[in-house]
This record gives sequence, C-alpha cells and structure tokens, in this order.
Amino acid sequence: MADIAKIPVYSPDMANPYMPYVATLKEVIRETHNIMTFRVVLDDAEAMKNFRHEPGQVGQLSVYGVGEATFVINSPPTRREFIQFSVMRAGEVTSALHKLKVGDKVGVRAPLGNHFDYNAMKGKNILFVGGGIGMAPLRTLLLYMFDNRDDYGKISLLYGARSPEDMAFSYEIEEWRKTKNTDVVLTIDREAEGWKERVGLIPNVLLEMNPSPKDTVAITCGPPIMIKFTLQALDKLKFQPEQIFTTLERRMKCGIGICGRCNIGDKYVCVDGPVFSYAELRGMVDEL
Amino acid sequence: MPGNKFLATADVAAWLGELSKTMRVFAPRNEGQAVVYREFDAAKGLELRRKPTESAKHALFPRSEELLSFSYLRPAFGAPEKEGETPSDVSQVQVKMPVEPMPTVVFGMLGCDAGSVTTFDPIYDGSKFKDVYYLKKRQATVFIVRACAEVLSTCFCNWVGGDPANTKNADVLATELSDGWLLQPVTERGEKALTSPLLKDAPAASEGQATAIHDNARKSLGDAPNLEGIDAALFSLFADNDFWQRQSAGCLACGTCTYLCPTCHCFSITDETSARNGVRLRSWDTCMASLYTLEASGHNPRSLKAARLRNRVGHKFAYFLRNNDGQISCCGCGRCIKSCPSSVDIRQIVKDALVQAASIAPPPPPQPVAPAAASPKPAAPVKGKGRTKEKANG
Repeated sequence: MADIAKIPVYSPDMANPYMPYVATLKEVIRETHNIMTFRVVLDDAEAMKNFRHEPGQVGQLSVYGVGEATFVINSPPTRREFIQFSVMRAGEVTSALHKLKVGDKVGVRAPLGNHFDYNAMKGKNILFVGGGIGMAPLRTLLLYMFDNRDDYGKISLLYGARSPEDMAFSYEIEEWRKTKNTDVVLTIDREAEGWKERVGLIPNVLLEMNPSPKDTVAITCGPPIMIKFTLQALDKLKFQPEQIFTTLERRMKCGIGICGRCNIGDKYVCVDGPVFSYAELRGMVDEL
Repeated sequence: MPGNKFLATADVAAWLGELSKTMRVFAPRNEGQAVVYREFDAAKGLELRRKPTESAKHALFPRSEELLSFSYLRPAFGAPEKEGETPSDVSQVQVKMPVEPMPTVVFGMLGCDAGSVTTFDPIYDGSKFKDVYYLKKRQATVFIVRACAEVLSTCFCNWVGGDPANTKNADVLATELSDGWLLQPVTERGEKALTSPLLKDAPAASEGQATAIHDNARKSLGDAPNLEGIDAALFSLFADNDFWQRQSAGCLACGTCTYLCPTCHCFSITDETSARNGVRLRSWDTCMASLYTLEASGHNPRSLKAARLRNRVGHKFAYFLRNNDGQISCCGCGRCIKSCPSSVDIRQIVKDALVQAASIAPPPPPQPVAPAAASPKPAAPVKGKGRTKEKANG
C-alpha cells in the first residue's frame, strides 16, 4: 500500500469536512439507458489545481436541495483536466443528477476512502473483472496503468454487461484494446443481434479464459451476486485471497467514518475501504 | 478543598437564571411523565431528583442541526420557475456555513452521561477528520455533573468503568447535601464557572458528607460481572443466528434505545429546500430501522431485526473496542432497558453472550511453560472474527 500518510485527505476547507467544493458540470455523457458520466471542474481554480486523488478513492456528489451520494472517481490521477463520476440512476440523488445539464452546479467532497495499491501491483500481470457499473472503479486503475504501461505486465480485462446497450465506456474500448500487451474480453448475458463478442455470465467466461494466477493480481467489481460468483471462479482458478481485490458499496452519509451506517463489523467501508482484498474480507464479519 | 463552593437549595434557580444571561443553560425538568434537559426556564422549574429520561447528548449533538445552507440565484432543483427561467437553470449556488455555537452549561448531567462523551470524542475528533460542529460545541460547553445519591435497578455504570460520582469529562461535580449543593470544580473551566456571589465557600465538613453519599450509591450498585473478552465473544457469536433471533424476538425496532442512548452517535444527512433556499441537516438516526442500511438498489445488509440488534450490541461491546483501545461504547445508564417497550435488556444480552460463547468455544488449554516448539497446538481457535463460512460479497 502506498504510504498511508501520503493519501490525500479531503480538505476543501480544513475546518469543515462536510463542506463540499462547489463544482460545475463541464461534460455529460450518456453511457447507457441508466448510466451517465459527469465530468466536473471545481469552481475554485486553486483547489482544482491542487486536487489529488488515488485510483479507487471515492467522492460525495451533491445536488444541493436533493442530497449527497457516494461515487468512485473514475478518471485516473494521471488525467487531471476534470474529475469524472459515472452514475447509475437508482435513487433520489442519482435521479436528480441525471437531470442536470452542462453548466449546472454540484457539490463535491473528495477524495475519500482508501485506494488500490498500484505500487504493490508493479511488475505483475493484472486481471480486471468488471460487471455493469462495477466497471467504473476498474476504469480508474485501468487508465492509470495504461498511463504507466511499462510498470505492469500483461493486462487482461473481462467486462460484462446485460446487453450491448448496457455497456458503459463503449466508445473507448477500442482504444483500450490497442494498448500494448492488453487483452479485452467483452461479454453479454444473452445473444443479441450484431454482437460479435462473448456471450455468457462473467464467472463462466472467466473460467473459459482460464487465466493463470502466477504473478497476477485480480481486481473485480460489480453487483454483489456477480462478485460472489467471480470470487468462486477465481478460487477455482487457484487465485489466493491475497491476490484478489474488490471495492465494496454501502449506504453512506458522511463518508468520513462518523455517521455510522457503512460499517461491516468494526470496519467502515468509507474510511477502511472501499478497496478490500479478499483476504481482508474473509477476516471481517459476514454482513455484506 | 479550596475552590469547593456551596449553593443553597433556595438559590439554585437564581444561580441558573444568572448563568442564563450570558450562556445557554440546559437543566433537567419535568415534561409530562418524562424528565428532559431543556433550556432553563425558572417558570417551568427543575427536576433534580428523578433521573432524566433522556441523556444530555443533544447539547453537543442536537437532534437535528444545520450543516450548511444554500441558496440558488436561479430556481432550485425542482422549485417552481419564474417566467423565462427553466428548472435546469441552476447555474448559480451560494453555500454558507451556520453560525458559531453559544457558550453552554449543562447543569445536572448524570455521571454516566458525562462518561459517554469519552465515546464521542474519538469519533468526532478523529485523527483524520474533525467534526467542527461537534468540536465547537464541545469546547463551548461546561458540564456540571450531578452525583447520584440513589441508583435504579436499571443502572449498571460500574459494569463499564463508570461511577455514580463520575468526574470523567466533568468540569464540576455537584452533590446534593441536606440543605444545598456542594460544587467541586474538576477543571479550570469548571472553577471559572463558579464565580457567582450566590456561591459560598463550602464548609469543611461538606466534602466528607459528599463522599459518604457517593460511597453509598456505589455500594447499592452491587457487583459488576467481568466483561473481559466480551468483544471476542460477540465476534464469535456473529453467525449464531439462533442466539440473535432469541435476543431480538421481542424487539419492535422502534429505535427508542438509540434515541435515549448517550453513546449512540449515528446520524443521517438530508437536504430540505423550499423555493430557492435550502439547508443540509444532520439528524439523529437509528440503526434499529431497516431503512438505515437500505441501498438504492434494494439491497439491504441488515434487513432483519436480529442483524440490527446484533449490530447495536456488537458496536457497543465489540466493534468500538477494536477501534478504540478496548473502550466499551456503553456508559451503563440503563435508559435503553428502562424505556424499552418490550423489555430488551442489554445487560442480559451481554451476559448471555459470554455464556454462549464459552459454551461453543472452550478456551485453549493453558500453555505449558516450555519452548514454543514443544507447545502443543492450541485447540480450535476461537472464531475471533466471527466468520464461519466463506462468503465474499453478496
């Protein structure tokens, strides 16, 4: 893990961690029927210049008057012209976010939480397994690794969605494919007209891919049920719990370890997570 | 002791009235059947005998407080639009912080309530994040703790390191004698609060009289069970669904225990808006409600009340200890027991947990005094982290 002291601590106003930066939506991308990507820039130019985050860290996005919710920052720290969040419409805040337009104001409290230990992954092969909106946190690390391509071995990505229309980031997948020493496998749940990639559930396709666990780190994120079966598949492929990382979601309010609701036993997903190794998860109470 | 003051019973209201001129004074009074801490009002009286139904935590952690306010220069999200404006035209927003807290005195706080501040401080004054709303109130508040002369059948502060005359976090310890109150300053801040001409130097014998009252209360609490290992016991019982079903069978999930609990610190954050102006509020929340952890996707990690009671007891007697050097997050005030509509008794749960954990996981055999290599392998280790089956996420 990177030096803990160097993890950037959210501090727009050192005196108040509940006070969001005011930010402006610079670009809105419709990814799928229920996922939108928001590219925001902090209004305070100095704060934007000094904004630093690590892959895997999250932020609280506010629609003032509706509320706040937690999303992963899915632009990598190596690309800093904007801060990007991809949001699946599910509840009140996400529905309000989906109605915003370029130029609208949002609140941003970020970065929060821990991050992927990309330093410890140097020299290793990387296997990403993402399902649906779970691709968002993986994208941050994937692009970070692309921007430091020589530090890592072979990068394999298995990305699955229900249907071709549910696949976010489809406009950049070709570019990912062209990155050297990179394999991208796409899958959808059921046959669809014109689909030339794999068909099948992620854990099954993963078993077919049969990746070697040797010198490899697996990173997975997606709906809980997909993660559960992906972990079983990785186990069958002889990946050790220490080689597997995932990011967890939990209902959150404060994002800074105070309000109490995102705990799993004595761990708080907002400050001890969201990134956990499977080995860490196995040492925690079973309350996912 | 120099600095000890005496306040005649007849002067208590006058003194609080005097303090109210420059500070916010919270003191207990009767409201219907309940005894509650409210801003002092001479016309509404005081209640300094019956134990308060609620804790005084709202002096530092109000039931609902403004975190920030915002105003849109154009129509707010969802607000009615004026001619020529569109609802999405929310391109300007001003965000403001609320005002500074008033200097405050809490008079007649119980020792258990003062003890509970020990569990708030490490959370709200964390190493990484400082909760400025709490800290400003904490710094601006003087605690005048009232020693308990009598204890209730639900009191168990001595189980968790408390004391009927607890001075931890107190600025002044107040003990009711036959004709007035002995006020013993504990901190410099407390000493400074005791400057009124209504306060006389305490007679020499008063300290001994107070000590006798404290000792008597201590004695009437009875013996405390040894709670060592309660955290490991609760972790090991995490997956014991029968145990938690049994313990929570009567629970109505009403949340009374959490709202009355001096150490419950959880909150929700919500926005309220009307026209172009709004506020972001922080309000007490209750982990006993299933909505507490319900996610937008519909997934709920604690949808069962057994899981929620397990979390509440676990938080106080296991999880908090792991993160705070063994500190139990319960001050033994017994309000959750006294006010529970279905007689859930956290003392009994804790005692049952110790018994149940001991029955399923006998302690490893004593280690012989021999080189480590020669030691026999200990028996099946206590499932210290409570995980009995492998499950990842879902």
